[in-house]
Amino acid sequence: MATITTEKRPAHHEGAHAGPHEHGEPGFLRKYVFSTDHKVIGIWYAVTGLLFLFFGFCLVMLMRWQLAFPGQPLPLIGGLFGEARMPGGSMLPEFYNELGAMHGTIMVFLGVVPLAVGGFGNFVLPLQIGAPDMAFPRINLASYWSYFLGGVTMLASFFVPGGAAQSGWTSYAPLSVIAGQGQTMWLIGMIFLITSSLLGALNFIATTVQLRAPGLTWFRLPFFVWAQLVTSFLLLLAFPPLEAAGVLQLMDRLAGTSFFMPTGLVVSGQAVAYTGGGNPLLWQHLFWFLAHPEVYVLILPALGIVAEVIANNSRKPLFGYKIMVYSLWFLGFMSFVVWAHHMFFTGMGTTMAAFFQTTTMIISIPSVAILTSLIISLWGGSIRFTTPMLFALAFLPMFGIGGLTGLPLGLSAADIPLHDTYYVIGHFHYVVAPGTLFALFAGIYYWFPKATGRRMSERLGKIHFWPSLLCINGIFMPMFIQGLAGVSRRLYDGGAAYDFAKDVAHWNVFMSYSAWGLALAQIAFIVNFFWSIRHGEKVDDNPWQATTIEWAAPSPPPHGNFTTPPTAHRGPYDYSVPGAPQDHSPQWAS
Amino acid sequence: MEIPYTVAERPDTGLNNGKIGIWLFLASEVMLFGALFASYLMMRIGAAEWPRGDSILNVPLATLNTVILISSSVTMVMAWASLKRNDFGKFRLFMGGTVLLGFGFLIIKYIEYSAKFHHGLFPSTNTFLAIYFTLTGLHGLHVVGGMAVNAYFWGPGSKLWKTDPEHFTNRVENSGLFWHFVDLVWIFLFPVLYLL
Repeated sequence: MATITTEKRPAHHEGAHAGPHEHGEPGFLRKYVFSTDHKVIGIWYAVTGLLFLFFGFCLVMLMRWQLAFPGQPLPLIGGLFGEARMPGGSMLPEFYNELGAMHGTIMVFLGVVPLAVGGFGNFVLPLQIGAPDMAFPRINLASYWSYFLGGVTMLASFFVPGGAAQSGWTSYAPLSVIAGQGQTMWLIGMIFLITSSLLGALNFIATTVQLRAPGLTWFRLPFFVWAQLVTSFLLLLAFPPLEAAGVLQLMDRLAGTSFFMPTGLVVSGQAVAYTGGGNPLLWQHLFWFLAHPEVYVLILPALGIVAEVIANNSRKPLFGYKIMVYSLWFLGFMSFVVWAHHMFFTGMGTTMAAFFQTTTMIISIPSVAILTSLIISLWGGSIRFTTPMLFALAFLPMFGIGGLTGLPLGLSAADIPLHDTYYVIGHFHYVVAPGTLFALFAGIYYWFPKATGRRMSERLGKIHFWPSLLCINGIFMPMFIQGLAGVSRRLYDGGAAYDFAKDVAHWNVFMSYSAWGLALAQIAFIVNFFWSIRHGEKVDDNPWQATTIEWAAPSPPPHGNFTTPPTAHRGPYDYSVPGAPQDHSPQWAS
Repeated sequence: MEIPYTVAERPDTGLNNGKIGIWLFLASEVMLFGALFASYLMMRIGAAEWPRGDSILNVPLATLNTVILISSSVTMVMAWASLKRNDFGKFRLFMGGTVLLGFGFLIIKYIEYSAKFHHGLFPSTNTFLAIYFTLTGLHGLHVVGGMAVNAYFWGPGSKLWKTDPEHFTNRVENSGLFWHFVDLVWIFLFPVLYLL
């Protein structure tokens, strides 16, 4: 490892490997649309991801109307959705199912992952390791456009006859196999998205392994880089089984095979036209083999962002940096052997259940180790309550609630009564919404000055933060109450038809108002984002007085990133070193 | 701007970027085919009866295809070795041979498929044929992909040899790694589907 400090980068051979982008000033399309620059691709990823997050949020706001006021016509915009979806402005169950399935799909695969990995990973990772770009810039561009095509396919599926996929974001067979054409579009869209994440993941890994700056040894890497690296391995190895599952489901739907169709299946009183012999559980196994690691794909980049923001704003090194890194790898590895805890409900035997609940309890240990390290990192720091720090601080208890409410779900005896209730919805939304999404907001506020040379408004940032925190808890906290009362999470009327739900159904109105309030709070963010691009306070290259290498580059960094290739001289978080001339000793300063 | 280690090896990792990229890609391919083989197991364990492969499929033709694919792996290595020995003419010969052998494999596969369709055996007939057509079909797509890349390096892609021979040799080595992987998948497919 130490040998890197002395090695030289290969000299530039004029014309030897000149790519097309090296001939003179690139045109508009090459510079901004089809650029192979990791920063441009990262920003494209982030903006597209944010748009999809907004779209996915709109879908769920429609659902929340139906849950709060079942069957009542939606005022003002209810007529826009057509008689096939909302006759007279009141929602049909089929449309509700479409919204539910597509909300999950869009939020996970088109919103959070592209923003967290495609956006932040692309923009920040090469800068943090002092690289001029990704290892494979053209594959990077292909990754974005594959994601884009996947997104377009998913959006187009709303307009095919029968509407978009309606079998949940999990697309459980045999329901999904006999569903309408929207499901075929869903599968094709997923294959584009899987291709995109494969290309992105191998690029991130190759870049981290190969393009670290001289002196940047493994344990000098910022925690964010480690988080992206483990995430990339999860994407690389967990997504292909879903691709296999997608191919098998496509075969079932298009070629009439029976991979997921059991013998003698009767639907609506009629035997289905399949020879049978298949196994619906096979879909669940293949799906969750991806989708459990996917949970960590959603959370690890968020942990990486929070670690950066907390170290920077507490002016202290991270507590237990190495423990955190080892925990990360252990977490990544264990995430491949816990998937069937999503399937306790399928009647699995006690031996299998015992195995998966044991691994599930084990995987909570590294998660707690990382979260505890982050909390202890605050101890004795001189904390600056900047907007990114507020979001990062809110992440800690929110993710904590999400994690701790997951423990009963990991034990099959407790999971079976809770599994199909709103408790589960509350649990994983606490992890992903006030957890991951808050971390992503922290990241946007934190790295915005690097991307634009201007800081986002602190005042609007705080107007964004406090109502968001209140409203998001207003949405998800009552879900635990409803879930513990036994309200099923799959009801189109929010439980209004059931007597036992009477005492808790009124929470639906409160939750829906909270959701719409959350939407209003995002206006502050949207205004802040666009206003700050042109009018934000101009800042120097290192406005947060940070130590990691991305802050050595000019803001915004030019194509190629650094004016002089940086060298790392120390670890990533040398804040408040006794005897140092200032409270931060940057990695690149000799 | 230039990306470091596109051609030269990074001293502490001993790899160039392309090499690590292709190995990572193959790792994900292992997971793809691994999941499909696992699905095969689950189908077979759950089936009331499962036909022996040789009672339905054409073993002699598949054996011939195995020989063809293994030979194409040999010519692939020879193509790369010729570049290492600086013999571009031999490279053209062996690389062309690799592509032609891949083509031969596909023709035999076509004969097999159409014979099945003639006898009314389709993917929807039973789960054995479903997994047979899915696995061999996906493998066939990989053969087509590998042939496309190899044909590119045989033809227009070989211009790089004149400007940067080392880079070109590395590319051929990487496409060879993929080709050997496709070969290896067949080595598993053949006994699992045809013989067991």
